[in-house]
Amino acid sequence: MSQFFTVSVLVATLATAIKFAVPYLLAALGETIGQRSGVLNLGVDGIMLLGAFGGYYTVIQTGSHLQGILVGLGIGLAIGIVYAYVTVFLHAQQGISGIGIFLFGLGFSDLLFQELVGTPKPIRPLPTLDKLPGVGGIFEPLVDIDIVGPLLFDHNLMTYMAFLLVPATTWLLMKTTFGMNVRAVGENPQAADSLGVSVAKTRLIAILIGSSLAGIAGATLSLQLAIFQHNLTNGIGFIAVALVYFGAWRPRWVMAGALLYGLVTATRIRWQSLDIIPQGASDIAAMAPAIITILALVLLASRVRGPAALTRPFSRH
Amino acid sequence: MEHAPLLTMRNITKTFPGVLANDDVSFDVHAGEVHTLLGENGAGKSTLMKILFGLYQPDSGEIRLRGEVASITSPTSAIEQRVGMVHQHFMLVPTLTVAENVALGLPSNRGFRTDLDAVSERIVEISEQYGLSVDPSIEIWKLSVGERQRVEIIKALYRDAELLVLDEPTAVLTPQEVDDLFVILRQMTANGTGIIFISHKLHEVLELSDRITVLRNGKVTGDTTPSETNRQQLAEMMVGREVKLAPDKPHVDLGLARLQLRDVSVKGDRGTIAVDGVSLDVHAGEIVGIAGVSGNGQRELAETIAGLRPAESGSSVTIDDADLTKAGPARTRAAGLAYVPEERMKDGAVGEFEVSENLLLINHGDPKFRRGPLFDFAKIREHCQRLVDQFSVKTPSLDTPTSSLSGGNIQKLIMARELDSRPSVILAAQPTRGVDIGAAEYIHSELIEQRNVGVAILMISEDLDEVLGLADRIAVMFEGRIVTVIDREAATREALGLAMAGG
Repeated sequence: MSQFFTVSVLVATLATAIKFAVPYLLAALGETIGQRSGVLNLGVDGIMLLGAFGGYYTVIQTGSHLQGILVGLGIGLAIGIVYAYVTVFLHAQQGISGIGIFLFGLGFSDLLFQELVGTPKPIRPLPTLDKLPGVGGIFEPLVDIDIVGPLLFDHNLMTYMAFLLVPATTWLLMKTTFGMNVRAVGENPQAADSLGVSVAKTRLIAILIGSSLAGIAGATLSLQLAIFQHNLTNGIGFIAVALVYFGAWRPRWVMAGALLYGLVTATRIRWQSLDIIPQGASDIAAMAPAIITILALVLLASRVRGPAALTRPFSRH
Repeated sequence: MEHAPLLTMRNITKTFPGVLANDDVSFDVHAGEVHTLLGENGAGKSTLMKILFGLYQPDSGEIRLRGEVASITSPTSAIEQRVGMVHQHFMLVPTLTVAENVALGLPSNRGFRTDLDAVSERIVEISEQYGLSVDPSIEIWKLSVGERQRVEIIKALYRDAELLVLDEPTAVLTPQEVDDLFVILRQMTANGTGIIFISHKLHEVLELSDRITVLRNGKVTGDTTPSETNRQQLAEMMVGREVKLAPDKPHVDLGLARLQLRDVSVKGDRGTIAVDGVSLDVHAGEIVGIAGVSGNGQRELAETIAGLRPAESGSSVTIDDADLTKAGPARTRAAGLAYVPEERMKDGAVGEFEVSENLLLINHGDPKFRRGPLFDFAKIREHCQRLVDQFSVKTPSLDTPTSSLSGGNIQKLIMARELDSRPSVILAAQPTRGVDIGAAEYIHSELIEQRNVGVAILMISEDLDEVLGLADRIAVMFEGRIVTVIDREAATREALGLAMAGG
């Protein structure tokens, strides 16, 4: 146990936690915006899988990480259009529609992988700041700073983007007319409608932002891991949905949830490699993040109230 | 030349499949007047207002605003043409602030970013002009019902409404809040706003209106002014026949206390105390009315008496000396309680069930409806037919789904089921809310009939007229406590209103 509580191991664990948190955070921030507008998307994991494959395959083909991320975004956007059409315009049940999206993503990403790639091929991972072509040299000395270096500078660009999106999402929701419409439509769509706010349009845009971020989250995951395989996400998208509840629909708390989840995962892996967790108990330890999330949900869920119109389709009569 | 009216609706006709909702209705409002639309549920008031607000298009007829033919195709176009509406169920987003609610749907001066400081400034200006004091930065859920209504009015004024429709604005207010509202409305008419006031509270209509138009079955049946008419005439125009507004109540000698509440405390849905140490006796042969603005513990108290909500320790509920403090609904009913709940479609009847099934809801286990292990459907039909006839429930058949009956008939069905159990105590919550005058008259006479034969009745009602018309004693509830109990003879509307506001 004592070998864990050394500065270098703790710092490395925290740095890993930050990295792990990124796909959760991206997906959960997107889902926060969607849920604030009153739409639950249980298909996040499916969108992430397709985004992950799309990003991975693009990097195999073109070698460009930027294009990989953009393809992830595009896939998220495309599925978002389908999901919005079904739930907002056809008033379908959101729960079951989302599960449909998940199953489609799970199956189709694997099919594409088998057909187009076959055996796993590693790709070049997303470069950390100091490895960025051209400008990497500027960051090299920063990474070497004690403690601060590995924590703040030894990350790829998507990590910074994810964390910058936290205040950006808060700003969008709280300080813009669009955000105000989103909150109104998620809480009392009749009231918004009576003032001329288009419930359908507002929810459509919120869903598209959410699904695009899910696609980006998926691509970020496969590019970070530099690999794709069947069910690569292993439920990250579902955890992201849970984190939105955990974070009480507030970006800052959603971020705290994502970091906690990343930390528990990173700690588990570190403890396993240090043999703190006996070999036989590794499967049980792997459940720790999920159990902690469930406990947190049980404790928090009774205290915070979500958007009142969440999961309720809107029609005028 | 005389000014054109602010609004003219001429020969408006609107049909829905099987229903003539508005039949050649003409109606106008001048700047600076309050014109009341009076009528029962289903008389066509809401249809007419939904046409004015662009939610429906009329089949025929025309709307003119300030003399010009107007086309109102949506709520947005109504707002653009300076028509405002305060809906009965407030159109507010509880988690947003006052300023955000006011700004919703309007373009911001700063484009994509909201400009709530400017909005707040305007709100303060409007509040000062009309005495509508409210803090723009506070969230709606923190406001009282009266304050929320002010926000709705501010929303309309912010959008420069010249014509304001208020749909049953007083239904949720205390008498004092109603007085405050009327002061505000008079100030608005003094500034030239035209107001359409929708209400079925006759004394308020007579107090506030400049003109009154009565609708019945989609047609205009009366067009009058307060100085030319009175409550009795208005009620008859609404119903189309003679009505008794105040039921006859013979003197009945009080019997023993049948329902006894001692120090009853109850927690509400949020886990905070909703009923706080209520003690009250209801005797055989009397109706005790509980007056108060809803949300002051009446619902929780009723549910506790009915055995649906546990009381805190130290409480005691007895009926005819049977201790029911910890009893569930079955034992409470067996002890002689009949319960007419506040939410008739949620707690009183199952909407998807047939009329006969709902009539049998509390006694389907009775051996007399059984033949061996099965229901005896012939007996059941006979029993239900008798109840339907006796309580004049208007239904096409016993197999009709209950949800397709009118509110008044569903309430009569519930009354039939409950009174047939020959109760010793009747607990009736909002017995005539949303019920037409004819059915209300009938329900009131049934309650008085039961009182006359020695049943103890506890009636919870927000409607002061109902309480004053029926009760022998009146208890006022405020913030979970009974603040006063007054004999009917000594009760005045003003004193009750003051008590309802906690004064």
